[in-house]
Amino acid sequence: MNSAPTTWRIARLVAAKDLRVEWHSRIATNQVLPFAAVTMVIFAFALDSDAVLQRVAPGLVWLATLFSVLVLVQRAFAVEAEDGALEATRVAGVDPRAIYLGKALALGLQLFVLEIVLLVAAVVLYAQSVPLEGALLLTATLISATCGLAAVGILYGGLTAGQSGRETLLPLLTLPAVAPVLIGATRATEAARGTAGAVVSDGWPWLGLLAVFAVAFGVGGALAFGPLIDE
Amino acid sequence: MDTESRSPVVRLDDAVAVLGGFPALAGASIEIDHGEILLLRGPNGAGKTTLLRLCAGLVPLARGAGEVLGHDLSTERESIRQRVGLLGHHNGLYLDLTVGENVRFWGSTVGADDREIAGAIERMGVGDRLVDVTVRRLSAGQRRRTALACLVARRAELWLLDEPHAGLDATARDDIDAILRAAARAGATVVVASHELERAGALATRTVDVVAGQINPAAGEATP
Repeated sequence: MNSAPTTWRIARLVAAKDLRVEWHSRIATNQVLPFAAVTMVIFAFALDSDAVLQRVAPGLVWLATLFSVLVLVQRAFAVEAEDGALEATRVAGVDPRAIYLGKALALGLQLFVLEIVLLVAAVVLYAQSVPLEGALLLTATLISATCGLAAVGILYGGLTAGQSGRETLLPLLTLPAVAPVLIGATRATEAARGTAGAVVSDGWPWLGLLAVFAVAFGVGGALAFGPLIDE
Repeated sequence: MDTESRSPVVRLDDAVAVLGGFPALAGASIEIDHGEILLLRGPNGAGKTTLLRLCAGLVPLARGAGEVLGHDLSTERESIRQRVGLLGHHNGLYLDLTVGENVRFWGSTVGADDREIAGAIERMGVGDRLVDVTVRRLSAGQRRRTALACLVARRAELWLLDEPHAGLDATARDDIDAILRAAARAGATVVVASHELERAGALATRTVDVVAGQINPAAGEATP
């Protein structure tokens, strides 16, 4: 008989389970990705000006990401609620920190792929480019912002799971909480691609903000998740 | 024989559990021994489900004393949860995962190896052609057997089942009864809350009445 697995081992199990659920259901691939892409196209039609699009493209990419986060978080907890699985993990005494970290990891990986697709869409639709010297900043921004969004998304997803009106409650709680990520990631992305005279060095303080945000919500979320999903 | 295996699996002494300000259990006392299949019978709202959830460590003990599997119900609820399995109206399965993936996930949370997981799947009769089928495509009875396979893979020692026959056809009910008898023979303790007295009474080794939050022995109801 093997010994009880560690928190990290269970977190990896939870993440692998969530990604396997997505592999079978293809909801993110067949619904969330097209939703994000359509959002980008609609932005392009609505603004309809190359100069404006060039200026606001980083913000549009992150705005489309935010909308997609809400859909992905709803989905992440819908699969738990459908047959009482989240309740079952609580009954089974599965470490809630591991559930939080695992679900955040799976959400983060899906978000990262989504962001890459959105950046490619921005290059195609908005004629965006990233100079070589901004590539490191852009990569670090993607990683930090993704961690922050996943940490907040799973925390508030857990908070609203099982509540009546959760579909409207989740965006109401999440969007104000992730405003610093939207602002920081947009500014850092602008600096990475040199939008409106910004230079790469302008982006590093924003990256610091994103990193602090991700760590604060990651640690706080792991500690708070258990009491939130407990009765 | 160690102290834990000699002591009852469940021991409640004047236990009170409060839900929303209402005493759902009002001084319940009972002892349940290893290998028993205990039937809880009583009307809706009598406290059967609360009793199961108290034994699972989900509902706090407001007053009185209690132990489950040697753990104190007041102070060691997390330890209790890891050793019991509660199956209610939901099965606790991921509908988009296959039978095998579900059992593997739940077994892995306690460190079960491949042999244990395969054994759980075979014992509950969800191997062969079902193991790679997504749960969403299973019948109600097959889903219930998959949930029980998850309990076995999780090494649950105390099975707490709330209306386990609900929504199942006659064949599936017979399957569940056979599984529960086999589990008890293998050393698990089973507590069943049911309205289907004829079927559950035949399954049980002892029956108690839960009335107004209290537990009364049902004399003459025990079956060999």
